[in-house]
Amino acid sequence: MNVLNSRYGGLAVLAAIVLLLPLVLPNNYYFDVANRIAINAIVAVGLNLLIGYAGQISLGHAGFLGLGAYTSAILTSNYGWSPLAAMLVAALGVAALAFLVARPILRLKGHYLAMATLGLGMIFSIVLTNESALTGGPDGMAVPGFELLGWSPQGEAVWYWVFGALLLAAVWLALNLIDSPVGRALRAVHGSEVAAAVAGIDTTSYKVLVFVVSAVFAALVGSLSAHYTGFITPGQASFLHSVELVTMVVIGGMASTFGAVIGAALLTLLPQVLSGLEDFEMVVFGLILMTSMIFLPRGLVPSLRGWLAAKGRA
Amino acid sequence: MAALLEIEKLSKSFGGVHAVQEVSFTVQKGLVHAVIGPNGAGKTTLFNLISGVYEPSAGHIRLKGEEVGGLPPNKLAERGLSRTFQNLQICFNLSALENVMIGAHLRLDRSFVKALLRWPTITRGDRACREHAAELMEYVGCGKYIGSEADGMPYGALKRLEVARALAAEPEILFLDEPAAGLNPTETAELDEVIHKIAARGVTVVLVEHDMKLVMNLSQRILVLDYGRKLAEGTPGEVRANPDVIAAYLGAA
Repeated sequence: MNVLNSRYGGLAVLAAIVLLLPLVLPNNYYFDVANRIAINAIVAVGLNLLIGYAGQISLGHAGFLGLGAYTSAILTSNYGWSPLAAMLVAALGVAALAFLVARPILRLKGHYLAMATLGLGMIFSIVLTNESALTGGPDGMAVPGFELLGWSPQGEAVWYWVFGALLLAAVWLALNLIDSPVGRALRAVHGSEVAAAVAGIDTTSYKVLVFVVSAVFAALVGSLSAHYTGFITPGQASFLHSVELVTMVVIGGMASTFGAVIGAALLTLLPQVLSGLEDFEMVVFGLILMTSMIFLPRGLVPSLRGWLAAKGRA
Repeated sequence: MAALLEIEKLSKSFGGVHAVQEVSFTVQKGLVHAVIGPNGAGKTTLFNLISGVYEPSAGHIRLKGEEVGGLPPNKLAERGLSRTFQNLQICFNLSALENVMIGAHLRLDRSFVKALLRWPTITRGDRACREHAAELMEYVGCGKYIGSEADGMPYGALKRLEVARALAAEPEILFLDEPAAGLNPTETAELDEVIHKIAARGVTVVLVEHDMKLVMNLSQRILVLDYGRKLAEGTPGEVRANPDVIAAYLGAA
């Protein structure tokens, strides 16, 4: 139990898993699944800062992911940019865009905020689908491999270390942030906005900040995963993908960084297990979301932690 | 004596309801003031106006000579104003100690990048802040909840936790909105003592309170509101003898 509670205990466990997992992964297919878990987990960790900690919903984060992916794809394949430069531009561009839309959007609360972010995500998705001269439209587009200072990761097993390291970094940064004055301010905005304001917290600025940060997490992952998969479609920016990302955060546990990682792992593995039910995937996601809201409203990790704590006292 | 806060012809209407109408009064530095009046007299609205939660419909609020009417609460916090709430505003997603630490927000290093990297100055600042927050919880008398989550604390302790959070901001002027509401006589007596201690530290205190014993005991100046208007202002003795006040509380003879 102490492992989950101490500051870096959880991170150490996660690092051990990342290090040891390759020993049991039999082939590239499994490495690919692991990579996609890490990709989703990084986005979920970022989104959890927004949803779980700051208490703001976004149903449009796949849009930022898609924008990151397409910016990288277009700049590298159409204009011959280096992947790193394209990725930085994608991150900065998405940051600027998120900053621009955040202020008006985050004035809204609850269902209205959900609707606005949903609309925003849809706009991105429609633009990516329709600007076929640039994006290849619904057919998607090919993306050249990643390359950094002459090194380019090839194959799932090499990419595994890239994504594994990034996941650990993302979790470390998120843990640091949450346990700092900035992180407490974000959580206070969730807990009581008026109390936060009276304590001197500029609530709007903090909401904008966390919105931008979570969007940048998504954009960076979008860029990198586009290079990894070598091919992207507008489906990445779709509403359904946004819902999937939110589901990861909610199931794993709102306001729990490791919960977001576990939620991402579960929802990435699920389609592999349910591959026979592909047409019903969304129905199953919906069912899981509903069931977890009813039986584990706080999500897996916080519920488990509460249960263990109660057991420890008994 | 210098006026720390001057309220001039302050009004607030909600649609056709005039919650506060042309109220003027001054708050003297270092004194304990009380705002009293029957339910619905506009006391909490007045607090919400002064602390920036509501925007005034008309009138002026001057803090240390500067016009602050219409500024948001976080700007007022920067100018040394803090408050508690009648209906608790506790962050139940934080621990008790973190709730108090929130109060010290403006005194801490708020750099985002340093927070991400867990810079040593952040760690040091937080450690000192945590210790100070624990001291404040002892100070207001909820020391036994230092290790608790906020959502496991009883009502009386949460009222004190709000006071501790407000004190963590090290305010010059502190507004307490019905700090004794819902407390039993023993707790009220302890609260009386806490407010005395706070005032003795030189913090200017303004409280809204229904407990007349507490009000008469603590305050040097009293403002009486009725139907959103100022009914009387003065020392406890003056207010007690004022026929208008007696009429408002007991009904006209």
